Amino acid sequence: MLTQALFRALDKKAVWVIGIFLAVAVYVPVANLLIPPGQFGHVPTYLVSLLGKYLSYAILALALDLVWGYCGILSLGHSAFFALGGYAMGMYLMRQIGTRGVYGNPTLPDFMVFLNWKELPWYWLGFDNFWFAMAMVVVVPGLLAFIFGFFAFRSRVTGVYLSIITQAMTFALLLAFFRNDMGFGGNNGLTDFKDILGAPVQAQTTRVILFSSTAIALALSVLVCSMIVNSKLGKVMVAVRDAESRTRFIGYRVEYVKLFAFTVSAIMAGIAGALYVPQVGIINPGEFEPGNSIEVVIWTAVGGRGTLIGPIIGAIVVNLGKSWFTSALPEFWLFALGALFIFVTLFLPKGIVGLWKQVFGARRKKVEEPATPSPAQSADIERGEDPSTFDNPQPRPAE
Amino acid sequence: MLTHLLRLALLTLSLLLPAQIARAQDTAVDIPAQIAAMGEASLKELTQIVVDLASTGDNSVVPVLTALADGNLYADKTSGRVLIQTGSTVTDPLTGETVDLGAEADLSRIRVNNSLRRDISAALAGMTLMSDNPRTRLAAAQGFLAKPDAANLPLLDEAISAETDATVLSAMQTARAVTVLGSEDASVEDKTAAVPQIVAGASRNAITILTGALASAPDPVKPTIQSAISGLEQGRAVWGALQNVWFGVSLGSVLLLAAIGLAITFGVMGVINMAHGEMVMLGAYTTFLTQLVIRQSFPGLLDYSLLIALPVAFLVTGAIGVGIERGIIRWLYGRPLETLLATWGLSLILQQTVRSIFGPTNQMVIAPTWMSGSTDFFGLAITYNRFWIVIFALIVFFMLLLILNRTPLGLQMRAVTQNRRMASAMGIRTPFVDAMTFGLGSGIAGLAGVALTQIDNISPNLGQNYIIDSFMVVVFGGVGNLWGTFVGALTLGIANKFLEPYAGAVLGKILILVLIILFIQRRPRGLFALKGRAIEQ
Repeated sequence: MLTQALFRALDKKAVWVIGIFLAVAVYVPVANLLIPPGQFGHVPTYLVSLLGKYLSYAILALALDLVWGYCGILSLGHSAFFALGGYAMGMYLMRQIGTRGVYGNPTLPDFMVFLNWKELPWYWLGFDNFWFAMAMVVVVPGLLAFIFGFFAFRSRVTGVYLSIITQAMTFALLLAFFRNDMGFGGNNGLTDFKDILGAPVQAQTTRVILFSSTAIALALSVLVCSMIVNSKLGKVMVAVRDAESRTRFIGYRVEYVKLFAFTVSAIMAGIAGALYVPQVGIINPGEFEPGNSIEVVIWTAVGGRGTLIGPIIGAIVVNLGKSWFTSALPEFWLFALGALFIFVTLFLPKGIVGLWKQVFGARRKKVEEPATPSPAQSADIERGEDPSTFDNPQPRPAE
Repeated sequence: MLTHLLRLALLTLSLLLPAQIARAQDTAVDIPAQIAAMGEASLKELTQIVVDLASTGDNSVVPVLTALADGNLYADKTSGRVLIQTGSTVTDPLTGETVDLGAEADLSRIRVNNSLRRDISAALAGMTLMSDNPRTRLAAAQGFLAKPDAANLPLLDEAISAETDATVLSAMQTARAVTVLGSEDASVEDKTAAVPQIVAGASRNAITILTGALASAPDPVKPTIQSAISGLEQGRAVWGALQNVWFGVSLGSVLLLAAIGLAITFGVMGVINMAHGEMVMLGAYTTFLTQLVIRQSFPGLLDYSLLIALPVAFLVTGAIGVGIERGIIRWLYGRPLETLLATWGLSLILQQTVRSIFGPTNQMVIAPTWMSGSTDFFGLAITYNRFWIVIFALIVFFMLLLILNRTPLGLQMRAVTQNRRMASAMGIRTPFVDAMTFGLGSGIAGLAGVALTQIDNISPNLGQNYIIDSFMVVVFGGVGNLWGTFVGALTLGIANKFLEPYAGAVLGKILILVLIILFIQRRPRGLFALKGRAIEQ
């Protein structure tokens, strides 16, 4: 059964995407470590970390795409799952500092010594074990998403309301993590990391290995997403996106479908956060910022939602733009980002991938089949959020 | 002068009364000798000296006692004299004449501690109880209240019989009651009678005083005191609750102002306007600019600049709102989630524009005189700016209610909210209604901005602080019903203020967010959901 699912998942596009990122995972270490600096093809170490950051963002965008692009749930709280995964990783890294902190306390992280804490809070126990921490990276965001989603989807909170309460969730977490009493370092967050699995975090080889892990994790995420969307469940997900009530009336348990997608997506976001933290060297409550979640949405929208490659392209392109703008024209980054939001929603509802298909795909297929409306566009219309369909008791034919 | 002499005579007379006589006669106070003894006295001896000096009732000891309390009293080690030093001048404590010290003088400060300072202030209070100035007398009475001593009773009785000012009289009677309650000699009847006077007069400290007296009081008095304490505690709880309600109403009215515009656009158009907070911010900046222009060109109108800013802000933000609707939102109908993204992008642009023009720093709007200061409403401190904002929020709310229920535009807006297609079929120009609705909602956000200049910093991030709260209010209250927003805003405001004392400001806010998330599970369409027959609604 698994082989069958794998076989179905590995269609032409997925194979290409997975292949590319596996190749990147091999090429970048070689280019960084073996090709000497100055020679053609060399990748400097700072670029490795930067690319690693982009790829972890890409995993996050892919996670959002799974719920938004395929299941029609616009979550404005995905940065919460990302940050929770990051905090789990950060806690492990904090424990690895040991006596090398400023205060040299063997059991307590610096900020706890500073706050006069006497012993480690219970929720920090176990985080000196790498595998326990990795389990928490998956369990904490997954459990939060499961509980949150279970209640929200069961009571049929949909559309804009769901977006707002996910935003409320991440905002509440933001406020909570800013508190010193929470024991997560307050507004300074967790930083000053030394070792990961015994290897120094700042070292060139560690950075390269972290990058490769991120690239492989991205490839695996694409594989998992491809397996999900190409399965029967994936078809039901798309059905939920396009006509939720109809799917329910046919007899599917819509809330369980949504819950599954939401939880898997949260776990992916958590893993992305865990890979992000050692590469940037800090995690603080700012990652919970509701604005961050909305930015993830725009990455996905720019690349093209409802596709597997779109969010990856979007995350990389937008963040490249951000890196360039914030160093070259810092004043204009928010203008550019804001304009991007408006431009993409108005003129590029299907994102870069949609544009690509329109330019290159349409020419080839023009004769064979008439253009079908994109799933992305029909999503909201069919879900009754269109004010023009309010109070319309007549079932309408599928668009 | 004559009355002053008379008072002094009375005071001296009072010293001869039996209660005081014993002490006064035994020691036969010699003022200069006592003062001279201060130089070498220990703290304990100093206390005795202070009491003795005060018991003379002689006004000439006031400077020396004041100087001692202020740490200005010095002992000259070589000559053994006690002197007052203020700045570089040295004076004799009794005569007040400047003393020229020789080069060999070795001044050392006479040290006092807090308990001695208290004794001194109580002693001084007794001395000043007969002053001509009612304020001084009031302070003296309060001094007695703070440090009751049975020995002072005759003094107080004397002062009470001579007192004419009602406030001072009440303070003195309270001080007397406290003293009686604390004294060992007073009869049970006197003590019982003293309790109501304390309850009436000592206001905030009454509970502390009574609790302190409870332990030493004779058994027959205890029930009276206890019932007085519990009565006071109930009263305090009620006042505390009222205070919280007022704070909550104040916060709620701010939320109402910020959220009500959002509620209309969301209700009528199903559109979440993420740039709503920026409309509030633009309203605040419009106020700032209006005041700037008025200050430079028509300084006489400065006090009315807020009133002038109201229509200006409404028109400016309303026009921008109509522009946004025509330019962006109308292309996105039927795609509410994408409207959310586009308006978020817009909010980033607006923020950055304002930041580029005005800089990231906070701007100031001067409060008009009629909005500054505060009033005391039965012990409830009410600041005028908060008060006017509550009134303003109510006015805006009822105006809006009037517009929605009594004007043709309101009728059309309600029709579109209920059934867009049917309204359209009946000849209502729904695009026009949309534009007007969005303009109205944005204009009201601008009005909220004018009000917020009085309680918040005017910065490019102003709107961001309110947008999530506004969403919570709208989602909590339900769509398409202004009363829902009204109830939602006030409930959240009051709940927030009631949670704050127990949980702290931040945790209280987190709790509110969690409660709203839970509430949405129970009622996915808010408190006052619009009832319809459609499945997806």
